[in-house]
Amino acid sequence: MTVTRVDKDVDALTLTLVADFTAPVERVWQLWADPRLLERWWGPPGYPATVEEHDLTPGGGVKYHMTGPDGEKYGGWWRIASVAPPTSLEFSDGFADQDGKPDPEMPVTTVRMTLTGREDGTRMELRSVFDTREQMERLAEMGMVEGMSQAAGQMDALLEG
Amino acid sequence: MVVDGLDEADRAVDRLFHALADATRRDMLRRCGRGELSVSRLAAAYPMSFAAVQKHVTVLERAGLVTKERRGREQLVRTDPDAVARARRALDALESAWRARVDRMTGLLSEEEGGQEAPDTG
Repeated sequence: MTVTRVDKDVDALTLTLVADFTAPVERVWQLWADPRLLERWWGPPGYPATVEEHDLTPGGGVKYHMTGPDGEKYGGWWRIASVAPPTSLEFSDGFADQDGKPDPEMPVTTVRMTLTGREDGTRMELRSVFDTREQMERLAEMGMVEGMSQAAGQMDALLEG
Repeated sequence: MVVDGLDEADRAVDRLFHALADATRRDMLRRCGRGELSVSRLAAAYPMSFAAVQKHVTVLERAGLVTKERRGREQLVRTDPDAVARARRALDALESAWRARVDRMTGLLSEEEGGQEAPDTG
């Protein structure tokens, strides 16, 4: 199993996740650094992502939207705080409004991602922190597209099986 | 605690479906949805033992559908989770989003590898 450790700290509003890949560091880094690859893993199934802007330099950012099954577009943005290719990236991760502008009412998380080379591949450590408790609760109240579509996928599999 | 990723997600879904698959438990959710209820008040509403009602409440609690709080000698059950439960749900949502992303990353990496090592494709 790829995800080897998960730690959730409710008081610190923090999720820490450790994943091990068999690929070398440079290949895992490319999943973040190549916008065409990023599009293929960022959004949940049925919500393909289109990356419009992609500049992984401090002060730069990523602008993207996901397209739902009904054609509805869900925008998002990253703001890069620091970057050290090919091993670390720190950015704010938020939602955008219909015009692609950052939506101040939507939750923002700060993500720190580090890659470490190992004998048999790469360890990715990810730390995601909510800016405020209010924002964190907001996410819980929102649709949780990902969780629901996963549950739906599992139901489909059960029904087909 | 180290838990196997997909298994844990599967178990959470299992717990949810199992909790909702019982008519008594669905009725309990409806009753608690109109406000918090003590386990003893809840038990009075059903032709079953206090222990049996408690078992149902435990199943609902494990599925994350209700929270239970002790106040004095009473155990209060409510469907509206407190702030800590909401925060936990947000972290759970974030966790499942990132687990799914990691799975897709793994898929992409093995796909690239396959492309390089399988000249007989096409």
